Amino acid sequence: MAHQNVADPRAAGAVRGKRVARPRDSWIVRTFDNPAVLSFLFMLPAATLLLVFLTYPLGLGIWLGFTDTRIGRAGVFIGLENYQSLFRDSMFWLAVSNTVLYTVIATIGKFALGLWLALLLNNHLPAKALIRSIILVPWIVPTVLSALAFWWIYDPQFSIISWALVEMGLIDQYIDFLGTPNNARASLIAANIWRGIPFVAICLLAGLQTISPSLYEAAALDGATAWQRFRHVTLPMLMPILAVVMTFSILFTFTDFQLIYAITRGGPAGTTHLMATLAFQRAIPGGQLGEGAAIAVAMIPFLIFATLFSYFALARRKWQHGGSDD
Amino acid sequence: MAEERAGMDYLNTWPRKLVTVYAPLSAFLIILLFPFYWMTVTTFKSNEELYNFKDYNPLWIHSPTLDNVKRLLFETDYPQWLMITMTVAVVATFISLFASVLAAYAIQRLRFRGGQTVGLMIYLAYLVPPSILFIPLATMVFQFGLYDSPLALILTYPTFLIPFCTWLLMGYFKSIPYELEECALVDGASRIQILWKITLPLAVPGLISAGIFAFTLSWNEFIYALAFISSVEKKTVPVAVLTQLVEGDVYHWGSLMAGALLGSLPVAVIYSFFVEHYVSSLTGAVKE
Repeated sequence: MAHQNVADPRAAGAVRGKRVARPRDSWIVRTFDNPAVLSFLFMLPAATLLLVFLTYPLGLGIWLGFTDTRIGRAGVFIGLENYQSLFRDSMFWLAVSNTVLYTVIATIGKFALGLWLALLLNNHLPAKALIRSIILVPWIVPTVLSALAFWWIYDPQFSIISWALVEMGLIDQYIDFLGTPNNARASLIAANIWRGIPFVAICLLAGLQTISPSLYEAAALDGATAWQRFRHVTLPMLMPILAVVMTFSILFTFTDFQLIYAITRGGPAGTTHLMATLAFQRAIPGGQLGEGAAIAVAMIPFLIFATLFSYFALARRKWQHGGSDD
Repeated sequence: MAEERAGMDYLNTWPRKLVTVYAPLSAFLIILLFPFYWMTVTTFKSNEELYNFKDYNPLWIHSPTLDNVKRLLFETDYPQWLMITMTVAVVATFISLFASVLAAYAIQRLRFRGGQTVGLMIYLAYLVPPSILFIPLATMVFQFGLYDSPLALILTYPTFLIPFCTWLLMGYFKSIPYELEECALVDGASRIQILWKITLPLAVPGLISAGIFAFTLSWNEFIYALAFISSVEKKTVPVAVLTQLVEGDVYHWGSLMAGALLGSLPVAVIYSFFVEHYVSSLTGAVKE
């Protein structure tokens, strides 16, 4: 145990203030005042939990993907066999293409509509704070519970959407929202967009409010049209925050599980599985932990791509704030 | 609000604003809130009204009834599920806040060697989604003998709560003037005294934000609760509503929607109390 009350010189160099030691301090107090010791102790709870329940399982998951582990039976190393069989598995490829399609369309939808909503909210409005807080509600309510509401809204016989469209004379037969693969995919994407709009809108609104009105006034004096002002002022100024929010959105849409599990459970006949729901299906009810882990691991390359994207977007933001000039 | 600016707003005339702003905004509000309206209406309808679109307008309740809510509360384990979810969310939130306060303080204030790297690692940890971790975690939970125990959830939820809370609190600590701590140091206060008596009281708004976010995220969690818990009476609300109230091919939509509505209430109530914290820390975390 360190009995000194002067910090380790390397750590002390980083601390601006230095404590005046009192002669009657016990060794415990003095130890706790050493920034190096204290940092270590302070990091301990978070680091332990994250290493045991995040880093280790991440490694374990990659390992399980190379084994034939089943529920209730430890597996043996089988090399790339899981990946080889997935490569020949049409259901896996369907899940991959569903995941990509789901992510691309839902992200475009969320950002187009979220940006539109943010622009609407950026006007002078009565009860603006109230509207802003109401808009976030879909985002805070547990996904599964709002997904259940969508499941009921998409009911083949008692769908309120079908009823409304029939009443308006737009269709003459109830729509089977979840009965065919393409209808089911479109319905799931719609529900995902619905849930994503609030988050995107509120974050982009925060970005919009940092844009100085003088930029718009200058653009207007130069004769820029509304579209040109949006294209050459709003969009470039919004880019950094847009990039960050989009990274998160892509990451969480790509690995989405709840919405699909709640509304279609991958049906009809497995045609709406995403990689996450297929991994669950194979691993937990199916018992094939190794194969499920391999499907989950196959998501990692996409996630690394999204993370790098986020890293460079953040680096670019620092540059924009004048942090460094490279 | 002084900080809110509206660009070229003053050029717009009223009828023009009606078409370009108020009409689309109303459409957004209606679409975003409709599922909750539909949930509420369904909850208080009788079965005969629920499945009869010919004699009753489905958008309105003609003879409100509490039968669905009664069935949910007295004929299912719903109260038990609420208790379990509440316990798991509260305990996981406190564990995460404790660990995050210490970690954020160490990274932001003690400036130890490698602190920047640790901060980056914590940010990266937030990007690891539960849908990649649940399979290896399920095998670990089984080996530790935690399968089918709420403890499995209490221990695994901090993996996504700690990165988020630490990140949020780091930003918050940064906004507290360091000079206050320096003065206390010179006056002979120990680091722990400073954290406890100076920094934490000033960081209360940040702690509230982190706490409500953590609570909401725990309440919302689904995949771990689905994979690690099997006994009916130990399930969390989101999982139980989906797996226990859906019986075969007959869906009791009234009770299902009642379950969804009641399960949304705790987070909605907390949210309504702290909505300003919520909005500002959400946007702050993204801008940070």
